[in-house]
Amino acid sequence: MLRLHYNLEKLSMGLVGAIIVAASIGGLVEIAPLFTIDETVAVPDDLRPHTPLELAGREIYIREGCYACHSQMVRSLADEIDRYGPYSLAGESAYDHPMLWGSKRTGPDLARLGGKYSDLWHVEHLVDPRSVVPASIMPAYPWLARPLDTGLLHDKLATLARLGVPYDEAMIAAAKTDALAQSRPDSDGAEAVTVRYGGKVAVRAFDGDPETLTEMDAVVAYLQSLGTLTEAPYRVLAEDRP
Amino acid sequence: MSGTDTREVDPVTGHDTTGHNWNGIKELNTPFPKLVIWILALAFLYSVVAWILLPAWPTGRDYTRGLLGLDQGTEAVTGFREIAAERQGWLDRFEAPDIAALQADTGLMRQAMPAARRLFDDNCAACHGTSGQGGPGFPVLADGYWLWSGDPAEIALTIRHGINANEESRIAEMPAFNWMSAAERAELAGYVATLPKGDADSDSPAAAIFSENCAACHGDGGTGGLGVGAPSLTDVSVLYGQDAATVLQTLTHGRHGVMPAWAGRLSEAEINLLALYVADLAETKGEVAK
Repeated sequence: MLRLHYNLEKLSMGLVGAIIVAASIGGLVEIAPLFTIDETVAVPDDLRPHTPLELAGREIYIREGCYACHSQMVRSLADEIDRYGPYSLAGESAYDHPMLWGSKRTGPDLARLGGKYSDLWHVEHLVDPRSVVPASIMPAYPWLARPLDTGLLHDKLATLARLGVPYDEAMIAAAKTDALAQSRPDSDGAEAVTVRYGGKVAVRAFDGDPETLTEMDAVVAYLQSLGTLTEAPYRVLAEDRP
Repeated sequence: MSGTDTREVDPVTGHDTTGHNWNGIKELNTPFPKLVIWILALAFLYSVVAWILLPAWPTGRDYTRGLLGLDQGTEAVTGFREIAAERQGWLDRFEAPDIAALQADTGLMRQAMPAARRLFDDNCAACHGTSGQGGPGFPVLADGYWLWSGDPAEIALTIRHGINANEESRIAEMPAFNWMSAAERAELAGYVATLPKGDADSDSPAAAIFSENCAACHGDGGTGGLGVGAPSLTDVSVLYGQDAATVLQTLTHGRHGVMPAWAGRLSEAEINLLALYVADLAETKGEVAK
C-alpha cells in the first residue's frame, strides 16, 4: 500500500487527470438530466399560470422573505401526506421563476394552503399573527395595507412569457386591469379574469375592501392560490401503486 | 533529497522516514491508518451495491431503476395508505349517517377524541382558537351559541360546505346599509347596542327602522333564531361586537364572514368526528359561559 501510494504520488499529471475524471462524473450525474428536463418533467395539462394579482403577491412574498421560514414543497413522506396533502410534483412549479420550494420550515409548509383559511384570517394573521395564533413567532406585516404598485406587472408577465410561461398577448396587455379586477368582483373586468385564467380563479376583495388595491390583496390572492393551480398531485395520490 | 531506495527506519516509532533530509531534520512517513482505509473501501463497496439495488445513474431520458425497484413516491403513498388503513378500524364508524347516535357511545368517543383534538388543532384552531375560544371575527365554539344549530349533523354540514365559501355553502350575508343617511345609521346603531340590555325603546324611530330593515333576518325585536345566518341581537353572541361604534361599522360596510369548505381536504368520517368534537366543546364549556 505504501509503495503504491509512493509511486502514484509522483505522477502529478496523472493525479490531475484522475481529479478531472472524478469531478466530471459528479457533474455529469447532476447536470446531464437537465438537458432532457423538458421531456422528463411532465407539466400537468390543467396547470394554469398565476394571475397578475397573484404574481404581484408572489413578488411581495419574495420581497418579505417568507420563503426563509416557509417551504412550498410537501415531501414524498407518508406523514407529510397525512398532514399537508399530496406530495409536490416537479411539474407543479414549472411556471415558477424562481421556484420557492425551500427547505427550512420555521413555519409550516404552504404548498397546499389555498382555501384552507378565509381571506379575513389571512389579513388578521399578516397584520398581527398573535391575534389569531397566540403561540406564533411569525413577524407582523402591517405595512401590506399600502397600495399595490402595478406599474411593472405588464413587463413581468412579458418576461415570464419569454421564459415559457403561457401568458398570451391578451393576458400581458391586460395585466394591470386584470390585477385590479380580480380584487373587485363587481367590476366590469372581473369576468374577463376568469375567462383568461379559468373559472377556478378566486375573484374577491381579498383584504375586505374592494375600493383600494393593496399589497394585502395581492399577498392573500397568492396565498389562496397555492396548491390550486392544478389537480395533478391529487390524481397522482389516487393512482394505483404496484 | 536522497535516493529513493534507501529505507531508513526511525528507531522510536518503527516507521520509515520519507527519505527527505533538511539539514539533518527528517520527516516520518507514517502510514495511513488501516481503519480509515477499510472504511473507505467499505464506502466504495456500499456505493457499488447501492448503484445496483437503488435508482442511481441518469441515462438521458430515464435512470437506472435498481434491482429493488424502489420509488420514493410509491413508498410515501403506500405508507400513507397504511396509516389511513390503521385508522379505518374505528374511523369507519364515524361515516354513519346518524352521527348523533355515536355521541352516546362513550367508549368509542373516548377512543376517538384524542384524534379529533389533533384534527381540530391542525385545521380549526387557526381561526377558532385551540380551545374553541374564537378570535377577531371568528366565532367562539365553546359558548353554546349557534347561528344555525349545535346539533352534530348541522355542525358537520357547516364543516363540509363552509360558510360563504362556494355554491353549496351556508350563506350568511349582512348587506351594507350605506344607502341610509349617516344620521339614521347612527340612530339605528345606538338602538341595536341597547338590545342586549333589554331596555330598548320600542316606540323610538330607530325601532321602526329596525323592524322595517333588520327584523326580516334578525327577527322581531332582534331575537334571531331564524336560521338564515343572522345572529340574535338580544344576547351577547354577536361575532363582531355590539357596541354602537362596531354596529355602525357593520351597518356601513356589511359583513361577509367566510368559513372554508372542508370536503375534499378532510374525509366524511373526519368531518363527522370533528362535528362531534365541536358539539362536545360547546356542551362541556357552554354551560360555564352561560
